[in-house]
Amino acid sequence: MSEEANYALPQSDPESAPYWEGIQQGELRIQRCAACQRHVFYPRTLCPYCHSDQLAWVSASGRGTIYSYTVVHRAFGPFAAEAPFIIAIVELEEGVRLMTRLIDAPRERVRIGAAVQVSFEQVSGRPPLPFFRLAE
Amino acid sequence: MSRVFAPRSPRAAIVGVAESDLGYTPHRTVLQLQAQAARAALEDAGFSFDEVDALFCAGNWSWSPTLTLAEYLGLRPRYSDSTNIGGSSFEAHIEHAVAAIEAGLIEVALIVYGSTQRSDRSRGRVSPTYRLTEQFEGPFGLPTPVGAYALAAMRHMHQFGTTSEQLAEVAVATRKWAMLNEKAMMRDPITIEDVLTSRWIAEPLHLLDCCLVTDGGGAVVLASAQRARQARKPPVWVLGHGEAHTHATIANMPDLAVHQAAIASGQTAFAMAGLRPEEIDVVEIYDSFTITVIMTLEALGFCPLGEGGAFVSGQRTAPGGPFPMNTNGGGLSYCHPGMYGIFLLIEATRQLRGECGPRQVSGARLALAHGTGGVLSSAATVLLGKD
Repeated sequence: MSEEANYALPQSDPESAPYWEGIQQGELRIQRCAACQRHVFYPRTLCPYCHSDQLAWVSASGRGTIYSYTVVHRAFGPFAAEAPFIIAIVELEEGVRLMTRLIDAPRERVRIGAAVQVSFEQVSGRPPLPFFRLAE
Repeated sequence: MSRVFAPRSPRAAIVGVAESDLGYTPHRTVLQLQAQAARAALEDAGFSFDEVDALFCAGNWSWSPTLTLAEYLGLRPRYSDSTNIGGSSFEAHIEHAVAAIEAGLIEVALIVYGSTQRSDRSRGRVSPTYRLTEQFEGPFGLPTPVGAYALAAMRHMHQFGTTSEQLAEVAVATRKWAMLNEKAMMRDPITIEDVLTSRWIAEPLHLLDCCLVTDGGGAVVLASAQRARQARKPPVWVLGHGEAHTHATIANMPDLAVHQAAIASGQTAFAMAGLRPEEIDVVEIYDSFTITVIMTLEALGFCPLGEGGAFVSGQRTAPGGPFPMNTNGGGLSYCHPGMYGIFLLIEATRQLRGECGPRQVSGARLALAHGTGGVLSSAATVLLGKD
């Protein structure tokens, strides 16, 4: 029980700092490779597709679709008190996938392929994170 | 891309296998469990500790498990490998040990695993901070590994129409094998209805779709062909092996409905052995979750992609069925101390030796042991056969 409210925080580092600064400013930042034109997430020094180092930060649209999801009924540590909640892997319009949590999403409306939109939310007093909401 | 090997005569064989105490072992440390398993496996082989020249182990109980374990056991190995790619590590250790034997570097390898995760209550502990690649997934609260396998299962259902009943078939058939194994932790019969009405952990996975959380350890002794002929029991030959990994975080799995690492490791192993899936008599497949088994059967070519659910239906994998699988009761019902891969090798070896009593698959000559690690991240396949 002592673990409750004791959320671990993501540790920003020299490579991810622009991503977390974007979150603070309400902007979802990903990288784009100037050599092969593909978008990249999470941030890297070398493009994982063509291994160029010509990666630049861009602002993502924040629009995407649900690639897969799960309703979590049993979570660990401080997250236990938040269950049930819905974790999704979202595929952004730019083609990258990321993990997120869906909020204000009625279970019966959540399906693979559903349109979603990023929403920067502070939950349980934590710093803002890129959650997603159903777009309709 | 998997490479193609011409089949050739085997260069190495498993000559000793053993488990330590299994289940709940608060009276034992992780080193004691490994010492117990190592000694029993060497006795099974008829070899002494002095004959061991290579040590393989994986675990998160030490920053360098082979250093710690070798010192504790009084070994001075001249070849050391603590490759950790998750639960499949021990099948990968077989591959690495065979390569070292073929290179003439070693003759006798000891592969060991132990865990006290149940006694330690270390399962499900949340990291104090999310560093490096964890920072993009950890903060959302997905319980791992179960939540990641749930995401894969949901995608598999969406793409191929796999059902919860089909997942449950795996759990029920595996329990029937456990009922024939006195070492198995869970030996009460269950029905498909029991699986479907057990509580949700992460949809679409119920409690009974998930492996056990136990303590335990195991060891395997692998020897060169020449040394294997001096062992106490007939050699169990390594006919083929392969390994691969595709990702570490679940959002980066190339296709959540396809176990691509297992496709690669399986193709390599089968090509090397010159065998086809339908020739295998007994199959031991990593069953961290029911979905793991279905995706692995497809990836290894036992059935086409997307047809794993139909393949396991009608209790085809249960005792007496046409496809004997996970004959010790698996990670779902026998034991699962965090990284289960060593137990797949132990059971496959015992089946080929004919040591399995009431659960013996009669006439078994060829066996497959397949480990999956991480979040469907890594795979390693080993094909075994007897003379």
